[in-house]
Amino acid sequence: MAPRFESVQQVRDGLKAVNYLADDGIAGVAFLADRLGKPILVEGPAGTGKTQLAKSIAEMTGARLIRLQCYEGLDESKALYEWNYKKQLLRIQADKNSDSWSDVHDDIFGDEFLLTRPLLEAITAEEPVVLLIDEVDRVEVETEALLLEILSEYQVSIPELGTITAKQIPMVFLTSNNTRELSEALKRRCLFLHVDYPQMDREKEIVLTKVEGITEMLADQIARIVRSIRQLDLKKAPSVSETLDWARTLVLLGLETIDAEQAKETLHVLLKYQTDIAKAAKELSID
Amino acid sequence: MLDLLSGFIVELRNAGLPVSLTENLDAMTAISHIPLEDREAFKYALGATLVKNHAHWRSFETVFEVYFSLRGPEYSITDGDGDGSIDDFLRQMQDAQMKGEGNGGAGGMDQLTPEELMNILMNALMNGDQAMMRALARQAVQRFAGMEPGRPVGGTYYLYRTLRNLDLDGMSEKMMEASRQEVGGELTKLEERLERDEYNHRIEQFKQEVEAEIRRRLVADRGAEAMAKTLRKPLPEDVEFMHASRDEMQNLKKALQPLTRKLAAKLARKRRHGRKGPLDFRNTVRHSLAYGGVPAEPKFKYPRPAKPELIVVADISGSVAAFARFTLMLVYALSNQFSKVRAFVFIDGIDEVTDYFKKTEDVSEAIQRINTEADVIWVDGHSDYGHAFEVFWDKWGTEINPKSSVILLGDARNNYHASQAWVIKEMKQKARKVYWLNPEPRSYWNTGDSIVGEYGVHTDGVFECRNLRQLEAFVEKLA
Repeated sequence: MAPRFESVQQVRDGLKAVNYLADDGIAGVAFLADRLGKPILVEGPAGTGKTQLAKSIAEMTGARLIRLQCYEGLDESKALYEWNYKKQLLRIQADKNSDSWSDVHDDIFGDEFLLTRPLLEAITAEEPVVLLIDEVDRVEVETEALLLEILSEYQVSIPELGTITAKQIPMVFLTSNNTRELSEALKRRCLFLHVDYPQMDREKEIVLTKVEGITEMLADQIARIVRSIRQLDLKKAPSVSETLDWARTLVLLGLETIDAEQAKETLHVLLKYQTDIAKAAKELSID
Repeated sequence: MLDLLSGFIVELRNAGLPVSLTENLDAMTAISHIPLEDREAFKYALGATLVKNHAHWRSFETVFEVYFSLRGPEYSITDGDGDGSIDDFLRQMQDAQMKGEGNGGAGGMDQLTPEELMNILMNALMNGDQAMMRALARQAVQRFAGMEPGRPVGGTYYLYRTLRNLDLDGMSEKMMEASRQEVGGELTKLEERLERDEYNHRIEQFKQEVEAEIRRRLVADRGAEAMAKTLRKPLPEDVEFMHASRDEMQNLKKALQPLTRKLAAKLARKRRHGRKGPLDFRNTVRHSLAYGGVPAEPKFKYPRPAKPELIVVADISGSVAAFARFTLMLVYALSNQFSKVRAFVFIDGIDEVTDYFKKTEDVSEAIQRINTEADVIWVDGHSDYGHAFEVFWDKWGTEINPKSSVILLGDARNNYHASQAWVIKEMKQKARKVYWLNPEPRSYWNTGDSIVGEYGVHTDGVFECRNLRQLEAFVEKLA
């Protein structure tokens, strides 16, 4: 199969075209994942654009995004496939008299009665797809094993039908907020990408691209204030999405530059704990 | 190349990173897709395939620097004069001088006086000129570090020598002054803070450049393998509490936060799962509706085991203070996993500090207050476990009940006072469990004035707790 990307630079430019500013690491790993045909495990603090990365790659390559949101108690029937037993029941009752047993038996375990769930759907898709397995750290360790076959071989084994192999290798992203250590087996099969809070320059760029009608001056100030705040010892450091919310708030208020008073009044958009807000206000001497 | 890479991977494993065979093979395949002259891409290719835990990234970076710092044209070592690239830098430097102070005319970097060098550095820092900073870092190392081939001193020595001559702290002040003048008058407090952060950030960058330069030179002198060995640092979870440097302490603190999140999630999960309880009638009937009223899918109540009550008694005298701080931080960060947490600290007197944690949400602030305000000195401020335990028993002993677990923290170095081990024995009879955590290596126990054995026989277990990994394992066992 032909690779999707020519070079790291192409990935970067492509992502930029869909308003996602990637740094060298992100673009490089995405490029490698395509070349090696391996999934990417994206880890990092909440709100740094992990999920957005998968969405943007899908948009950039014109692929369909298939998303599996993980949660505790996720099982095979929600992630892989399920037999549509109501339909099977109907089928059996519909021609009770005509068919012989073996006909019915073969019939009710056919494609028609198979309900595909995200993982199987990604495997069987004809067109290019991007599979996003979101917050994989929420499932139990045992459920993780479900993913192993699909991640390394790009195939699914269904006892009644045999093994279904992928027609094309999809780009796979797994995201994790790192609430627990993922198993070695899973990690081994993936490329690892840690997405951290961006450097100041990149954050400024992000604010400029994502927030309409913002002045360069304001974006610069915002990025600098956020960087200073992140250096404090807070319960929850502001994420990129919170920075963007803050920037939008300031733009809505019609500000071109920000001073201490305004910063203090809008700080609650950026920080979500009262103690954090008090601390930041004190540290930045805008109290 | 193959040799180099396998040497690199062996070194990663030596540094404690778990690199499997498949990951090794992946790395080999990955770099065949990457243009080798692109150093950053090369680094990320190796990083993505070999390092699967962000806490290990720093170690990876160090090893990478050592192994690959000398490869690539722009990273070659220059002797300071007669070299193409340094001439380029010099030209830039003169340009910068024209723009800045205007005292150009310096013939080459070697002829600059230290004052001129400092001026150039300050300009570079103020303008955030990366290339210039790198050139200056080289110059500074060459001039001030006094490196001699074959001299058996570590990189930190050279770093210290270089930075001592540069006076970067003074530099930051001067830069603040300059930017104040630029605006013409006073900066607002917010602006001042932002400017300061910006400059500190740049100075930090410059320091890293200097460090990298020293490392490059050392590698050139001694070879990669030897260098990697001297630079090898323990991973954050393996750093010993009792011997952590200030930097390592900072890293430990950073590592503690994600760890508590992880532990909390794990404990909560553990509490919910596992054994099934009695039939949940309501839930079963509710689910039977899907089957036309046939209770085909029985539902069970999950038992919710009672959360343990915790009493932490910590020695906070000199040597073990850091350990006590960490344990308290960890325990309080997890406090919603316990029904109640009470904390006591002692040296030779003992004081309850539970309130400090109640009043504030910020654990580190509470710890700070403990250090300054808690009344823990009775006679001379040397550990006296015996007296502390005795007072504890008198004042709070009645509050220990069969639901509470008692954790004692300390090295049990009692300065040859009376041990009063009977307190522990009594405690054991009233409490659910009594544990002792000792931050010393097991081989030091019961040597000198350590009497951990004497206390230990009355507890449910004495645990060696030298690093985060061991502490984590213990807390998991506890809840």
